[in-house]
Amino acid sequence: MADAVALRPLVVPVGSPLPPNLYAVACEFAGPAEVYHAAEKIRDLGFKWWDCYTPYYVHGLDRAMGQRKSFVPWFTLAGGLGGLVGAFLLVVITSVWVYPMDTQGKPYFALPAFVPILDLVMILLSAIVSILGMTTLSLLPRLHHPLWEWDAFMRATNDKFFVVIEANDPKFNEKATAELLKQLGGTNLTFIGDVA
Amino acid sequence: MPAFPPNAAQTQEPPDVALARAGLEREPYVSNGHNAVWVGDRIAAVIQNPAPTWWWVCLFIALGLAGFTGLGLIYLITTGVGVWGENRAANWAWDITNFVFWIGIGHAGTMIAAVLYLTRQRWATGINRAAEAMTIFAVMCAGIYPAVHVGRVWFAWYLAPIPNGNAIWPNFRSPLLWDVFAVSTYLSVSIMFWYVGLIPDAAAMRDRVQNKIGKYFYAMFCLGWRGSARQWANYEFCYLMLAGIATLLVISTCTVVSSDFSTSVIPGWHGTIFIPYFGVGAIYGGFCMLIILLVPIRQFYKLEDIITLRHIDLCCRFTLLMALLITYIYGMEFFIAYYGGSPNERHTFFYDRIRGPYWLTWYAMIFANSIIVQLFWMKKVRRNPWLAFCIVLVPSVGMWLERYVIIVVSVTRDYLPSSWGMFYPTWVDIMTFAGTFGVFFLLYLLFIRFLPVIAISEVRGALPEANPHHAPVVLAHDAPETDVTEVHHG
Repeated sequence: MADAVALRPLVVPVGSPLPPNLYAVACEFAGPAEVYHAAEKIRDLGFKWWDCYTPYYVHGLDRAMGQRKSFVPWFTLAGGLGGLVGAFLLVVITSVWVYPMDTQGKPYFALPAFVPILDLVMILLSAIVSILGMTTLSLLPRLHHPLWEWDAFMRATNDKFFVVIEANDPKFNEKATAELLKQLGGTNLTFIGDVA
Repeated sequence: MPAFPPNAAQTQEPPDVALARAGLEREPYVSNGHNAVWVGDRIAAVIQNPAPTWWWVCLFIALGLAGFTGLGLIYLITTGVGVWGENRAANWAWDITNFVFWIGIGHAGTMIAAVLYLTRQRWATGINRAAEAMTIFAVMCAGIYPAVHVGRVWFAWYLAPIPNGNAIWPNFRSPLLWDVFAVSTYLSVSIMFWYVGLIPDAAAMRDRVQNKIGKYFYAMFCLGWRGSARQWANYEFCYLMLAGIATLLVISTCTVVSSDFSTSVIPGWHGTIFIPYFGVGAIYGGFCMLIILLVPIRQFYKLEDIITLRHIDLCCRFTLLMALLITYIYGMEFFIAYYGGSPNERHTFFYDRIRGPYWLTWYAMIFANSIIVQLFWMKKVRRNPWLAFCIVLVPSVGMWLERYVIIVVSVTRDYLPSSWGMFYPTWVDIMTFAGTFGVFFLLYLLFIRFLPVIAISEVRGALPEANPHHAPVVLAHDAPETDVTEVHHG
């Protein structure tokens, strides 16, 4: 029985029998304008678990999808503040208490002379935390994704635009959702399954 | 109401107005009306086509040249810093000159990638990747010198804030320690900025290449990027934040590098002008190096429609702007030496620099940095890539001479005439420096072979068709006959 499930194809065109563990229904659009207008309609219908796939950043698409502003800048701020405080503690504790060294008669606590170090560590930490924030919020790195089973999806980084509505969405219904995507102008309508 | 705003052909404009309108129109970022698919194919072709013969020839030349640095460093480390020409008068000479020269080239790359991004100069999408790569490799070349000039490189780890058993700790009040932090942070953040920019392009390459090793490499490199709109929204914000951070960092780094000099009391160094001086000089030298890299790349890989003549033109204009600024700073140094009233400063500038033993270097510097670039006032020169290439070779040398003048001319003539002297480079100095060009070009050649030399997704995003609200312009002969506006054929 388990073997039979594994042999069923994971990617099938809409209209065929459903694949195992249905992940989503997906379709293709020709250009950024088409995917943008489709996204506005899907947003207005109240879908939550869905996404658009584009080869480049389409300006305004996040708003057309009803997304909130990205959270990444807060990671930058947190990283910067953390770096600043951390560097201050490192520099002051070592220079004033742990290893006080009298060099050139400079005071142990010489804030102006510490500024470059504080600034640079702050910059370093804010950059690292921004990137970690971006990858975390984008659920990266990722070694596998159900969409990669679909050969047509290889063009999502080249010249095609995709809309994918996941089966997790409360408003999802195999037939009605596929019909919706068709009405919005989507082509190559496909059901995507998932392993296990 | 017509469906689209009437264009020049539809509304009957007087010819002079039409001409003025044509003059105001910007050149497109990608010329000859190529679309997003063409952009991807052409840039990926650089990687996917077999390496051209010239690439192999250049690679072996660069490899051979890089060997000089390797040999020079091995000889230095096994023998001692005495193999360099440094002496009591000139404790710093070619090592720090070369360090400032290379780090300066790095600054321009960040300037192009980050500052032009923040200021919404979207033409820079065509050249920012090449510029960022230049930054990283130039900073790597720069980093060699501070690491080895300490003499006993096996103690270089003392510079890092690591707890140790010697009851000593780095002196955070010293500009030389700031330098360690600045250069290492600069290298790290430049690599991160470059890497983040590469993620979507690596994904595009993953979906494009057929061979298994290549696919695996790009799939790992892009972290499993899918290009979902939710990912793009976070990605764009991250890139924006990194551009802001990199801008701050480039200012911090050139401030720290200039502080190595200006916090000391050597005549000719002890000036507040050093921060803008180093910043401008850095960007100047870097733009020259960028033109040197872009002109052959666009020609040999047939990327003229992406790195257009306009890009070369704009780089030349930046070079000219920086030349004017640096000329102003050269003048201001003399003015402050005169106006400041310090006899030592006056002696440094009005005697040592222009009449002292190194007078020829100073005049060569002025010719290379201030005079030759004035040719870029002419549009014909700016729009002739190979001519621009030949011209910027001169200020590239000039920027090295500038650092040589600042460092060697100042340290060989300080306050105490009995310690005055001269500096002569040894063959190890020359070999090690010549080799850094090999290291730089070797890394650069490998970069253009394996990673997209132009940011594919960014250039695509800057095309007019990428705007979801873009309406194709209706040409007069395509417009429907029933349009209410009067249509003129022909």
